[in-house]
Formats: sequence, C-alpha cells, structure tokens
Amino acid sequence: MSTVINLQPITRIEGHTKVAITLDDAGNVIDTKVHGQNLRGFEKFCEGRPVEEMPRIVCHICGICPWAHHLASSKATDGCFGVTPPPTAVKLRRLMQSIAYVSDKILHFYFLAAPDFVIGPDADYSVRNVVGIIKAAPDIAKQVVHMRHLGAQMLEGFAGRAIHPTFSVPGGVSKPMIETERQKMLGPAQELLEFSKFSMKFAKENVFPKYMDTIKSLGVIEVGYLGTVREDGALEFYDGKLRMMKSDGSYEDFSYDRYLDYIGESVLPWSYQKFPYAKKWGKLNLSLENPVGVYRTNCLARINVADKMATPLAQAEFEEFRAAFGRPAHYTLLYHYARLIELLQAAETVVQLLNDPEITGANIRAQVTAKAGRGVGCVEAPRGTLIHDYECDNEGLITKVNLIVGTTHNNAAMNLSVNQTAKTFIKEGKYDQGILNRVEMAIRAYDP
Amino acid sequence: MAVNVFEDWLNACSGCEISILNIGDPLVDLLNHLNFVHITPLIDHKLFGQLGEKTEMDVPESVVSILSGGVRNDEQKHELQEIRKKTKILIALGTCACHGGIPAQANMFKNEEVFEKVFRQSPSTEPSPDPVDPSVPKWTPTCAALDEVVKVDISIPGCPPHPDWIVEAITALLEGKTAWSLPERSVCDTCPVIREKKSGGGPVKRWLQNMEFNPEEGIDKMRCFNEVGYLCQGPVTLAGCSGKAGVPRCVQARTPCRGCFGPIRKGAQPMVDMMGALSSVGLDAKSMLDRRAMLNRYIGAHGMLKVLPARPTK
Ligand code: SF4
Ligand code: SF4
Ligand code: SF4
Repeated sequence: MSTVINLQPITRIEGHTKVAITLDDAGNVIDTKVHGQNLRGFEKFCEGRPVEEMPRIVCHICGICPWAHHLASSKATDGCFGVTPPPTAVKLRRLMQSIAYVSDKILHFYFLAAPDFVIGPDADYSVRNVVGIIKAAPDIAKQVVHMRHLGAQMLEGFAGRAIHPTFSVPGGVSKPMIETERQKMLGPAQELLEFSKFSMKFAKENVFPKYMDTIKSLGVIEVGYLGTVREDGALEFYDGKLRMMKSDGSYEDFSYDRYLDYIGESVLPWSYQKFPYAKKWGKLNLSLENPVGVYRTNCLARINVADKMATPLAQAEFEEFRAAFGRPAHYTLLYHYARLIELLQAAETVVQLLNDPEITGANIRAQVTAKAGRGVGCVEAPRGTLIHDYECDNEGLITKVNLIVGTTHNNAAMNLSVNQTAKTFIKEGKYDQGILNRVEMAIRAYDP
Repeated sequence: MAVNVFEDWLNACSGCEISILNIGDPLVDLLNHLNFVHITPLIDHKLFGQLGEKTEMDVPESVVSILSGGVRNDEQKHELQEIRKKTKILIALGTCACHGGIPAQANMFKNEEVFEKVFRQSPSTEPSPDPVDPSVPKWTPTCAALDEVVKVDISIPGCPPHPDWIVEAITALLEGKTAWSLPERSVCDTCPVIREKKSGGGPVKRWLQNMEFNPEEGIDKMRCFNEVGYLCQGPVTLAGCSGKAGVPRCVQARTPCRGCFGPIRKGAQPMVDMMGALSSVGLDAKSMLDRRAMLNRYIGAHGMLKVLPARPTK
C-alpha cells in the first residue's frame, strides 16, 4: 500500500500551500504535489469597479508585496486611460517600490529563510525559527527588526500606508515630495544600504560556503527564466522589456503587452494555482527528467536574464556570482544569493533616487479623463514578473481583468524542485523531520 | 510565564502578519511573553503531524488564538471550528476576519461565475474544468467573517490593523483582561483637515484628479475631501488607522478614506449613513459611481454584499 506524507501547512512562506508526497510499498517516492489551497477571485470581482480604484483594490492580493501590485495596477490604469505619468511621478513610484523591496528582502532572508541556514536544516522545529535566531544572534535579530521598521516608517511617513498603499494613481501619484521629506529619508536610506552591505557580507562568509553541498543537491532543476531588463540589458524592477530565457541560456525579448504570445496557463485538477508555461516551447510537461515549458521568475531568474546590474555595488557582486555559477545559474538555493544581490541594487537605488533633483518636482500627475481602453501593467515583484491586464468601457469601468502574479509563474518549477528534493532525500521509507524540512526549503527558495 | 498563542491566516493576504512584524523594536520583547504553538509564517509547526502522518487536522491547545482572514473554503471553516474548541480567547485580526475584507467583494457574484472567469474565461488560461481534487478545499457559499462561523472574543479591525492596537490588545490579555476594543469614533474625529460643513455641490467626483493643496503646508491646511466633492468614507469608518497618534493613513497620502477599518459600531448602516453625509454637505450622493461595491468595499460579509441581479445594459 502506498503512503502519503501530507505536509500541511508549508511554513515560513507567504500563502496557503501543502505538499503531498506519495511513497510506494518500498518507501520510495512515486509522486509529489504542491497544492495551491486558496483562491479569491480578484479577476471576477474587479469587474464593474472604476479603473481609478483598481490600484487600491488589487494591492490586497498580497500583504508582503502590496507595492508591486499597486504599481503594476497603476501602470495598467495609465494604459487604460492612455496617459503617461510625468517623470517625477515615475521616480516617486520607483522610490517607493525600491524601499518596499529592501524591506521585503530583509524579511525573507532573515525571518523566513535564515533559520534553515543559521540554526540548521535538521534543528528541531521549535528552535528553527525567528525566535531561535533572536536567541542565537540577538544583536542581528534586533538590527533586522529595526531595519524592517525603518523601511515601514519611510513608506508610511511619506505615503501614508506601507501595506496596501493608495499613493499611486492613474497618471501619476497623489502627492509630491517636499525637500524636508526628502532630507528626512536620507539618513534611514543610508542605514538600509549599510545593512544591505552587511547582509551580503554576512551571507558570503557564514552561510553560502557552509552549505555549498546542499546548494548543489537540493531542489536542482534545469529550466528557463523570465524577468525584466532595461533597454541596455540591466536588471530592472519597474519598467523595461521582458526577457524569456531557455535553460541553455538563449533568449528572446518582448514588450509587456505581447505577454499572451509567450505565456499560457494550464489548470490542473489538484491546485487552485494555475501553471503558467512558455507557450513557444511546447505543451507544459512536469516530468522531472524532461520538463517542457517550465520557466522560473523571481530574483535568480532576473539575475540570469540580466546582462548586468543597474548599480555599482550590486554589479560587483553580480560579477562574482556569475563567475562562480555561470549563466544561467540553475541551483535552486542560489535564489537566496541572488536575493541579496538584488537587495543591494534596491538599497542603492533608494539612495540614488533620493539624490535625484527631479524627485522633488511639482508635476506629479497627468491630466486624466475616463475613457475606454486596455492597459497591460507589468513590474517585477519581489517574487517575480507581475502582469496586470485590464480593459474598461467608455465610462472607465472595468470590463476585464487578467492577472499573472510572481509566485504563480514559479508553480511548475516549485513542483519540480519538490519532486527532485523528495526523490533525492527520501529512500526506502527513510525520512525524518530534517529531510521533510529540506523539501520545504526547496519551496522557500522561491519565496512564494 | 509565556502564554500559548495560536496564530494563522485563513482567507488572508499576510498583511496582518506583516503588521505584527511592523510592531518594530518592542516586538523582540513581546515575543518573549508569547509562546507560539502555531504561526504559519514563522514557525514550522504542522497541522497534520510533523511527519505529515495524520489524516485529520490536529489543532494544538492555546490560551489565545489570533486569526487573520475570513472564511472562504471548507477547510478554513473546519480549522476555525477546531481552533474555537481548543482556545480560550479568539481574536479576529484585521478587517477580513472582522468583516470579510476585500475578498468579500466576491459575494456580489455567484461562485460559479467566479470559477468560470478564473478557469475558463481568462485570455492566458487554457479553458479547463474547475480544480475538484479532494486536496483542493471547496469554496463556502460566501466569503464570511469569522463571527459568522464561531464566537469571536476580540476584534482588531483594520486592513491591516495598526501595530499599536495589536500591542495594546495583546498586552491587555497578558495583564489578565479578557476584553479589548477600539473606542467608537470616526476617522473624521482623528482627521485634521479644514471643514466648513458645505461643498460646492454637484455630483460626487471620481478620483481622476488630485486634491488641490500646498505640499509645503500640513494636512491641517487642506480642505476636507467630501467638501471638495470627492467620496471620503471617514464619516462612517472606525478611527484608529494611524495608531495612537497621527493623521488617518490615506489622508496622509492626500488620498480619501475607503473605509478599511469597517463600521464605527455593530449594526451601523455605513452605506445609508455615507449617502447622508454626502447629502449633508450638499453633494448629489446618488451620482456616485459603483455605489454598492464602493461603500461596502471592506465589509461584504454578514450579507452586506449579495449576488447582484444582472446589470442593466447601458
Ligand atoms: S485585513 Fe487587510 S491586511 Fe489583513 S489579511 Fe485582510 S487584506 Fe490582508
Ligand atoms: S471626510 Fe475624510 S477628509 Fe473629511 S474629515 Fe473625514 S476623513 Fe477627513
Ligand atoms: S483612512 Fe480609511 S481607508 Fe485609509 S487607512 Fe484609514 S480607515 Fe483605512
């Protein structure tokens, strides 16, 4: 008789997921499934809403990356009404996105991922967590809590809401930044940058070298990648072109509004979460030996598709990373490494934008009139490429919404990584909590 | 001694949990007084055994349970009922848990319509049957607030709730109190804008233009949103979003309130009251676009939002 291991809930991630691992009589893995448990139906209940309300409705899709949804949505509403936000508005949107990125990456690295590396994958679950980190490294823990708070205060102090913002609107933003507000942010921005540098150094000295064997074996799959790059090929979070890369490193670039030519979504009966796949590579196939159509998003994907980073410190780390792991780098746990390189770029961008004279400009919103249209808004969310596609009628009421969110792109890949990990570590019925935690580590790398 | 706490998200977005983490520096100290027997975002405790060996959900005993999100499917409903059996004080954290929140906008549609849209009418999706595997929990008839399913002892509304209130409520419990609630005041009571109890009249304006204000001046020099003709739900919304001090969060961004803290008191009629508030400053309240969804944006549970009759064709 086969046995099913039901890991529920998957912990230290955002979202509602469980993993079922089926073993045969001999205790070897015959099947694994990552079940997406929750569905809310935003695509339906946004129909009928005024377009300008969308950025403050859809941010509620995710409380960890509300700024990503808020901004992708704003860009889609710009498109619906056919307006271009003034340069200062775009810079303010970018600034808010970058601050949110810094907070998010600190959260993920220290609160969600670090327990597996700092406390250890085999440690008892009662200590393998942030409380354990507070006991093991109280100074770092205090710093982390402080840095997270700093980021939230910067966002709230200026834009009112750090979670579920209202600041970005069709055609721009709701308020300009005045000089005193800019000055108030400079100190905290520098603090965040210093902490980002520390985090990179800390991980390179204490985490990655120690776990090199695990990195080379856990969750490893060879699939494609999707991410946004600037015209010059630099890694970009807010606006650019999409780049879809095959596992051999060859790639194709396309503009956001052509996403339907490149991305399809399959539905499988055992998950509410859809399975996006690269349409041009064939029909989705989730076989571990021969996957078809599977690509990944999020930081490792962005680092793989980019030719370079957009800021100097991040660029130096990027060069070291690429020299060590090549392009594309396939090891799943390298997501954690890539995440810290991006943390640096985000923190550097915050400082840069605050020092940009245009950031305090007065022209922050274009003239907007409701009219029929379609807009595809796309940004890189911390968890991957985020696509919001809206259509509206001539009153400016939403008639159609299509959403593909960061984590969903990774659904197929997460299933493969879990399968690979379970098959690698569970043999002849032998497994323990440490091994099952490794299965979850394969998911956590994607930071779903 | 530390108190055993069970925390989980049901039909939630995780913003409520981030708000817990945003407590900031006092968090480290607070964590010393709380012993989490379960908290999905932070600790690897499992509900089906640490080795995934159980076939029935096994919810641990706790003194306090903190739950974010409403109830959207059978499994969440079952978990909530199990938690109720195993806990003394159940806290509904956030507006989703208290009033359904944004996901309860789905209550305007039939479940079949939502599934039809998501799995068969999306341009990127291969039209497919609904996922019906037993491992995928079935939707409940509506997106419900927690108190539609079990007794709730303490409500901390807000989307997300302000960390000040989370700390205050938990501290009260640690001190042995068993009740806590926000004072019944409106967002307007905490809003510093200039009010003259009149507007220029006319229809309710859409949020297509920004407010006029001098950015160098404080919020107290800006006119009230309602009085310049925009919808602001401050008059019918429970105060507290800025914590113990400060300007309502949306107003801080020079944007109007949309009611994320829910109604000021139980049994209030925010929709009727808001229409009244707009009329009282001389606006044509009936001209507001998408009125029902707008005025019930965060509070669609408790039957506030129901399936609409087919919209008349324009
Ligand atoms: S109340 Fe708001 S922050 Fe909390 S779960 Fe619901 S949507 Fe997220
Ligand atoms: S209606 Fe809005 S702007 Fe006016 S006082 Fe109330 S909260 Fe403030
Ligand atoms: S102003 Fe209104 S919508 Fe905005 S945070 Fe406060 S209660 Fe929520």
